[in-house]
Amino acid sequence: MGADGHAAGAGQPDPAGSAPGQPGAGPSVSEQSAPSPPGSGPSAPGSGPAATSGAGTPDPPVPPDPAHVPAEPARPASAVPRLSLVHAAKSFGAVRAVVDGSIDLYGGEAHALVGENGAGKSTVVKMLAGVHQPDAGQLLIEGQPVVLSGPAAAQAAGIAVIYQEPTLFPDLTVAENIFMGQQPLLAARRIDRRLMRTQSAALFDRLGVQLDPGRISRGLSIADQQIVEIAKALTRETQVIVMDEPTAALSAAEVARLFDVVRALRADGAAVLFISHRLEEVFEICQRVTVMRDGSTVLASELAGLTADDLVRAMVGRDMPQRTAGERGQPGDEVLRVERLTREGVFTDISLHVRAGEIVALAGLVGSGRSEVARAIFGIDRYDAGKVIVRGKELRKASPTAAMAAGIGYVPEDRRQQGLVMDMSVQQNVALASLARLRRGGLVRSAAERAFATDWAQRLRLKYGRLTDPVSMLSGGNQQKVVLAKWLGRGPALLIVDEPTRGIDIATKADVHDLLVRLAGEGVAIFMISSELPEVLSVGDRILVMREGRLTAEYSHADASEEKIISAATGQLERAR
Amino acid sequence: MSEPNLITRPPEPEYRAGRRLRTAMQSAVRWETGLALVVVAIFVFGLAVSPDFLTASNLFNLGVTSGEVAIMALPMTLIIISGEIDLSVASILGMSSALLGFLWARHWPMLLIFVVVALLGVAAGLFNGLMVTRVGLPSLAVTIGTLALYRGVALIILGSSTISNFPAPYATIGVLGVAGTNLPWNVTIFAVLAVIFGVVLHFTATGRSIYAMGASPEAALYAGIRVKRIKLLLFVTSGVVCALAGVLWTFRLSTAVQNNGIGMELTVVAIVLLAGVSIFGGKGSIIGVVLAVLAFAGLQDALLLTNFNQEATGIVTGALLLISVFVPTAGSVVTRSREWLRARAHRAPSAIGAGHE
Amino acid sequence: MSATVDTRQETAGKPPRISSRRLTERVFRIRESGIIVVLIVFVAITVSIQPRFASQQEVQFVLANTTIFALLALGETMVIVSRNVDLSIGSVVGLSAYVSASLFGKVHGIPIVVVFLVGLGIGLAVGVANGLMVAIGRVPSLVVTLATLYIVRGLDILIVGGNEVVAQTLPNAFIQIPRAGVYGVPYLAIVIAAVIGVGAYYLRSYRSGRELYAIGSNPEAARLAGIRVGRRVFTAFAVSGAIAGVAGVLWAAQYQTVDSNAGTGYELTVIASVVVGGVAIFGGSGSAVGAAIGALLLQTINSALYVLGISPFWDQAIAGALLLAAITLDRIISLRLTAALRRRSAGVGT
Repeated sequence: MGADGHAAGAGQPDPAGSAPGQPGAGPSVSEQSAPSPPGSGPSAPGSGPAATSGAGTPDPPVPPDPAHVPAEPARPASAVPRLSLVHAAKSFGAVRAVVDGSIDLYGGEAHALVGENGAGKSTVVKMLAGVHQPDAGQLLIEGQPVVLSGPAAAQAAGIAVIYQEPTLFPDLTVAENIFMGQQPLLAARRIDRRLMRTQSAALFDRLGVQLDPGRISRGLSIADQQIVEIAKALTRETQVIVMDEPTAALSAAEVARLFDVVRALRADGAAVLFISHRLEEVFEICQRVTVMRDGSTVLASELAGLTADDLVRAMVGRDMPQRTAGERGQPGDEVLRVERLTREGVFTDISLHVRAGEIVALAGLVGSGRSEVARAIFGIDRYDAGKVIVRGKELRKASPTAAMAAGIGYVPEDRRQQGLVMDMSVQQNVALASLARLRRGGLVRSAAERAFATDWAQRLRLKYGRLTDPVSMLSGGNQQKVVLAKWLGRGPALLIVDEPTRGIDIATKADVHDLLVRLAGEGVAIFMISSELPEVLSVGDRILVMREGRLTAEYSHADASEEKIISAATGQLERAR
Repeated sequence: MSEPNLITRPPEPEYRAGRRLRTAMQSAVRWETGLALVVVAIFVFGLAVSPDFLTASNLFNLGVTSGEVAIMALPMTLIIISGEIDLSVASILGMSSALLGFLWARHWPMLLIFVVVALLGVAAGLFNGLMVTRVGLPSLAVTIGTLALYRGVALIILGSSTISNFPAPYATIGVLGVAGTNLPWNVTIFAVLAVIFGVVLHFTATGRSIYAMGASPEAALYAGIRVKRIKLLLFVTSGVVCALAGVLWTFRLSTAVQNNGIGMELTVVAIVLLAGVSIFGGKGSIIGVVLAVLAFAGLQDALLLTNFNQEATGIVTGALLLISVFVPTAGSVVTRSREWLRARAHRAPSAIGAGHE
Repeated sequence: MSATVDTRQETAGKPPRISSRRLTERVFRIRESGIIVVLIVFVAITVSIQPRFASQQEVQFVLANTTIFALLALGETMVIVSRNVDLSIGSVVGLSAYVSASLFGKVHGIPIVVVFLVGLGIGLAVGVANGLMVAIGRVPSLVVTLATLYIVRGLDILIVGGNEVVAQTLPNAFIQIPRAGVYGVPYLAIVIAAVIGVGAYYLRSYRSGRELYAIGSNPEAARLAGIRVGRRVFTAFAVSGAIAGVAGVLWAAQYQTVDSNAGTGYELTVIASVVVGGVAIFGGSGSAVGAAIGALLLQTINSALYVLGISPFWDQAIAGALLLAAITLDRIISLRLTAALRRRSAGVGT
């Protein structure tokens, strides 16, 4: 379905490049005048028919060989970038999220922002979206320095952000979602529903997609919701559209459709910022790339002439991280065995095992299904097929109580919402999973609770004011230690940790890594999910990689390298060999 | 996606370095101190109004008239802390009162009647709890429905009859104290229950779990807390306790009549909110409830002594309720107004391309 | 080596049997027309058993009652749709009924219009107070309107004292308002039906009306979309209060004897009517017309029970049971519908 067209045609001028109406006016929909008749504009950008949702089974796309793709020459619509971030810096408490970030977005181009987790991409996006203001550096719009006081200011300035989690009104129709707040009006300020529908249909035509504007948005797939968000952005005078990992949850056909949409947006003169881990997509759709690493921009160039390896090298560009010191004994008996675990649409055929004293790291991109697997093992989510066996006994599914009784502890990904009760004190949070143990005669003894919490606080070198302080007062790193203490207090046989050091400062990160290695040394089996490659490499004894719901690779610590892992995670596996 | 609250929870405060935040427990202590002062003030007011205020007989009456509401406030507190609400409490009271009268008129033995009424309370609470935990309906909507349904059942059971010839040891509950002392039965039962509920809430694992599930439903789930089971238990408990309150009420007034207790659910909720229990869940204490009961009862009684129109004391309840919710949010209203003004000062920059407002 | 193979299957190869839009619309239409069907069946059965039910007198009674509740339902719909609730309307009806009706006795020859304006003013004052507290104070509407329910009722009791307004003091023109009609159908009912139609039209076809739905559907998204949430919610409460004030005056005209119990418990009946009529308890969907039909259904059932000789004590139980059935049904429908819509969407979503 146009896969060939896209791959090979990357070097040819877009047929959609021909006058899409008023050049330079930017993508907008005027309220009063008649809409551009559907079919006259770039209704079918790219080759072949517009990718409809639900069209026939496409051929799997052939990813372009990066060494030979003449990447489309960047032809910005203007010499001055529409939006620029210049040497920006941003810190949150002790964590320096962005150290020296710069990016220039030109109209008519798709620009890729690439980098590992923790490289600072999402903070850069939030600065462009007006959610955060840079501590240092500048934001320039058409060359003029500007301060965006909030998301509304960014919207008014013509910047639209499509997040991974779209926020629509589920009870309202698609057309209403698109036009909320600026519905076209008839006499006496009544909403012109017919015009709203036709204008929505025209927008969809322009984007080259098929969606029924009259349907309720509840139940729309993520892919469709994204399209609606993009259409929403087009109803305002949007000049810059930022897409944050848009393809993470999409199937191949939906991705192809999205790319057609991106081409249509470019043809209209908009600047598109495309954040993604998937390098083959970056090469397919973008003209320019910025690579960030450890909070700074390390590479900013046109994509023509670059290869995937160049990008990977720029993303990784450091020496092999030191192995976290600590005794790694021989692994003992099997503690966890997962056999062909499947949950429809989320993950398929996951089989793995973790032995006592072993640290197994699960790497992969956002959206590959890793946390879902962990949640299914622990019993928060259900699964459709397969088995989970802990210490030889099959574990009942969908029961956290059973998992805990079997000796599993689970440190979740979202510390604030899932890991801690923010309103409660440090002491109470540490004790929350061990209350049964601290009882006598049915009553929780606060002296026992205090002693318990103090003991674990010491063991984990927790920094706090008083044990009775609310846990929300602690730094991110210390909050994570509280979550760990909560589970360690139960003496688990298997500890599942999801993103153990996300949002934590360097010193505490090292603490946590030491702790995990020490625990393994004491015989605990550890199953760690992480998006930070240095962490995976320095802590993991064995490294598994997931991609789109399946396990794609396994490496022992000795064999592994960042390049190999990224390649397996993004599907570049074949090229890496 | 879990069902949203009808009451939208305000966004969590961001971690702000250096700013002193409080745990739920610490805010509770502050609230209780304030409330204790209010209680003292009310009693002083009562004394000023009438020298009889602190006499044994007046205090006796004070306890008696507020007993049932106080008793019902205890399980309601736990339910609200856990993040739900039960508006059917007064209807369960009415239903059990009607059943009591109905069976007594048919000469059933009193002890057997007690058992049946208790079972009725269990059934009513079970129905509420299952609708919330199994069907997944919001407790606000469910208990508005059961409020009407149970009241209707009470009406159907008793019709327009009035039963009043209750036997001696029971019928004197409103007049004689426990075992010849001056302590009304209601107050005694309330005290005992308050201790039990207080111990459960503040000193057991279940109580800690209740706070957790109200404050952070997800985190409670991830900590292995059996949220649904505990909530079901709370609703059943509420049903039984309200059935008990219905029995007490009936004996005290020596009357079983179909409109027993209409409107009391709102009084109970008002008392619980006055006690510093947050409507969003996760905060509150039994001590606060006891103080709130004292404040409410004292106020009612003092107003009675001033010949203030009894039925109009609702004004005072309502005002107290408003004050109790505004005091904590007053600070944030000021902060928010200041932020709003500051945001207006930074005007949005001119748009990219065509300037479009 | 083979190219990376996409592992997700495309199931959307064949076009869906019925489009998502038509499925949703069909479901909603069934839901709304379901009430009408129940109503018709109920009336038919009742009339066949007791022909008296179709008499002019009965019809007037039912329609006059319905008028008041349907009017209240209009205001409550606006509030509920935005994910709030107004519990104070019963007390407002009571206060407005007494104050306005007693004016006839106190001020001789007072024009009826003025009396209506007084009632409206009382309701508006309460509504504005509610709106300010909810919108600015960000206090949950359940708590605020619970408090005003108490305060207003208390004021009513104080003002009424032990008195009551009796029919004799009311001018005939006033009393005729809910009675004058044709074939038992009061003109008032027609007028109010028109008002409800206008209200429903506003909610459906005006930006601020749609914004109320947006606020109820996803409050966070509404804020992000730049909707002035505070202003809209304030207006909804103000209107709800004003409507309750007018309904109070109509109440006085209908029942003529007004004491301090007028309107007690009405808020729950109205909420039940609204929910039965298809308005989601959390907001975001539903129509004022559906709510009015719900009110009609509940009032018809009440009167029918009376006419059939079934003790009126079944009223409450039936109202409660209907409410519970409605929300359970809505929950099941929404679960099934969301699942079905997800399956119909392009490809395999998450």
